[in-house]
Amino acid sequence: MALRGLGRRISIGKRCFSSASEVEKRPRDGKQINLFSAINQALHIALETDSRAYVFGEDVGFGGVFRCTTGLADRFGRNRVFNTPLCEQGIAGFAIGLAAMGNRAIAEIQFADYIYPAFDQIVNEAAKFRYRSGNQFNCGGLTIRSPYGAVGHGGHYHSQSPEAFFCHVPGLKWLYRLAVEEVPERDYMLPLSQAEVIRQGSDITLVGWGAQLSVLERACDEAAKDGISCELIDLRTLIPWDKETVEASVRKTGRLLVSHEAPVTGGFGAEISASIAERCFLRHGLQLEAPVARICGLDTPFPLVYEPFYMPTKNKVLDAIKATVNY
Amino acid sequence: MAVSRLASSSSSLSKLLLRPLPAPPFSRSFSAIASDDDGTVLTIETSVPFTGHKIDPPSRSVDTTRNELLSFFHDMSVMRRMEIAADSLYKAKLIRGFCHLYDGQEAVAIGMEAAITKRDSIITAYRDHCTFLGRGGTLVEVFSELMGRRSGCSKGKGGSMHFYKKEAGFYGGHGIVGAQIPLGCGLAFAQKYSKDETVTFALYGDGAANQGQLFEALNMSALWDLPVILVCENNHYGMGTAEWRASKSPAYYKRGDYVPGLKVDGMDVLAVKQACKFAKEHALKNGPIILEMDTYRYHGHSMSDPGSTYRTRDEISGVRQERDPIERVRKLILTYEISSASELKDIEKGIRKEVDEAIRQAKESPMPDPSELFTNVYVKGFGVEAFGADRKEVKAVLP
Repeated sequence: MALRGLGRRISIGKRCFSSASEVEKRPRDGKQINLFSAINQALHIALETDSRAYVFGEDVGFGGVFRCTTGLADRFGRNRVFNTPLCEQGIAGFAIGLAAMGNRAIAEIQFADYIYPAFDQIVNEAAKFRYRSGNQFNCGGLTIRSPYGAVGHGGHYHSQSPEAFFCHVPGLKWLYRLAVEEVPERDYMLPLSQAEVIRQGSDITLVGWGAQLSVLERACDEAAKDGISCELIDLRTLIPWDKETVEASVRKTGRLLVSHEAPVTGGFGAEISASIAERCFLRHGLQLEAPVARICGLDTPFPLVYEPFYMPTKNKVLDAIKATVNY
Repeated sequence: MAVSRLASSSSSLSKLLLRPLPAPPFSRSFSAIASDDDGTVLTIETSVPFTGHKIDPPSRSVDTTRNELLSFFHDMSVMRRMEIAADSLYKAKLIRGFCHLYDGQEAVAIGMEAAITKRDSIITAYRDHCTFLGRGGTLVEVFSELMGRRSGCSKGKGGSMHFYKKEAGFYGGHGIVGAQIPLGCGLAFAQKYSKDETVTFALYGDGAANQGQLFEALNMSALWDLPVILVCENNHYGMGTAEWRASKSPAYYKRGDYVPGLKVDGMDVLAVKQACKFAKEHALKNGPIILEMDTYRYHGHSMSDPGSTYRTRDEISGVRQERDPIERVRKLILTYEISSASELKDIEKGIRKEVDEAIRQAKESPMPDPSELFTNVYVKGFGVEAFGADRKEVKAVLP
């Protein structure tokens, strides 16, 4: 639970690759490490390979509240890895300016719940910079990292998933990584906007991202006991998202279920549902056999003691899988 | 270079933090012990004089009575005991979530209450258990809310960071630091509008002092002469970051620039009382004023923070020895022979029992009903439905 709960990251980036290396489909050589270590390694590589890369945010100097930045200040110095005062709007604006001068600015927002003071900077400044200057300026080197999602006791302000607000803004990219994965130790690049089919199946397609995938995986395992074969897709990037992969999968299975922790109304599942309904309604004789199911958080503020009721749990997903398959 | 700067700054920080309690200038020879108060006014000097920014500070001689000093001792001890009990409950996993303890800072809450009425408003961030108690909250309400039970002040829906008490003018209890300050200025506007001679105290910490919204709200308050008092509870650490690393100017009472400010020893309850009284009078006549309370928290930022990775244990125990607010009042009581040491010990024993009893009662309270998950979002009914895969309307029925 601890690993699952804490092992989530969202990144908003204009360009999130490390500079060297070729693009690979899915690197096979690697060992299993958790997300914090992976991020830590990635930051080490980023700062090593680019002398104009900087990491900053609240309390990152000693390693950060999730230990993603351990060792960086010691290795690269406090001119490149430094703490900021408590001011998210300031951090975001400052990062945008730094990136506009051609640097790789990696800003950390301590919890995704705190990102709202920076909303104006991200949406109005970062997302539109290149567009409105006719490509004279850009803040492509900007990355904002933030942990999101429920931890079991986070309450209202240490549990939120704000992706829906930002996915509505053209000009940003929004990505996730799994909590525990096999990661190579060297520098490598993954293409953006490429969803990954984690599990092949034939009866229903499940789409999720971030830590919700572990819930979906367990639901898949349970559904398999009832003879339902589930295909599981990790979307990885929300904008731009890989419509082709999901569409191809739904054409095969005819059923779709989307799951995320954010509240269901206006959540990103709505975008996926609408797009897939558009594309897969009736085509080449194949059609959607059932309405798209969304198993998401409820339409309330993220609660404190009610968290187990609020969350899109394995059983809720399982129920929906069965209802959709038997529609 | 960073290390040497750390060493020199932290030693000057330590010097700042460890100003000792001066001996009282004289001692009166009152006869008895116990709390009969003949209403005699005792005039006691604060530990250090006030420092003003664009204002003449009040006198450092504070009037108080024997009863008031005893009540200070009692109330601060209740707060201290409550926070320590909350620490144990958290470690026993009866309190979950985030828990930010106030022990060490009790003088700010108590001194403020002594200077104002329940019709004045207080709003603060998440370190609010003691502020709530000061506003008239009960121990049972505190522990119930911490454990998420129905008898909590927010019906168990808020938790540690969201205590409120409407009838006593306590507006909470906020998670995002700095966000409570514009709210406080709004409260003050309403008070000015209703002409009821009340003020609002908007509390924040040294970390939040760097939030932009503070300065926005300050400008508006000064422009419109709102009766708001901004109180910076400067415990010198914004979570793990020392004030000298977060702020170019750690003189938070001066940050208002055109708004006057006062620096107060936040560990001296009499100084806090004097400053708040002074500030209230000023705010009603002239508009906003900033108070910087120089205080200290013994625990870490929250229960997840040991509190010793960014400061030394010597510093913590040094402050505890030299500047503890409860010990200061104890010394005053003994010096002025208001009570005896053994009586004070009895009071503390009684408090321990009171706190234990409150915990026992709170444990008996049930968790809120699952239907409360959906209440207080919209008008009844709206937003409660959850659709299933078959598209029929399904009202979510919780187990």
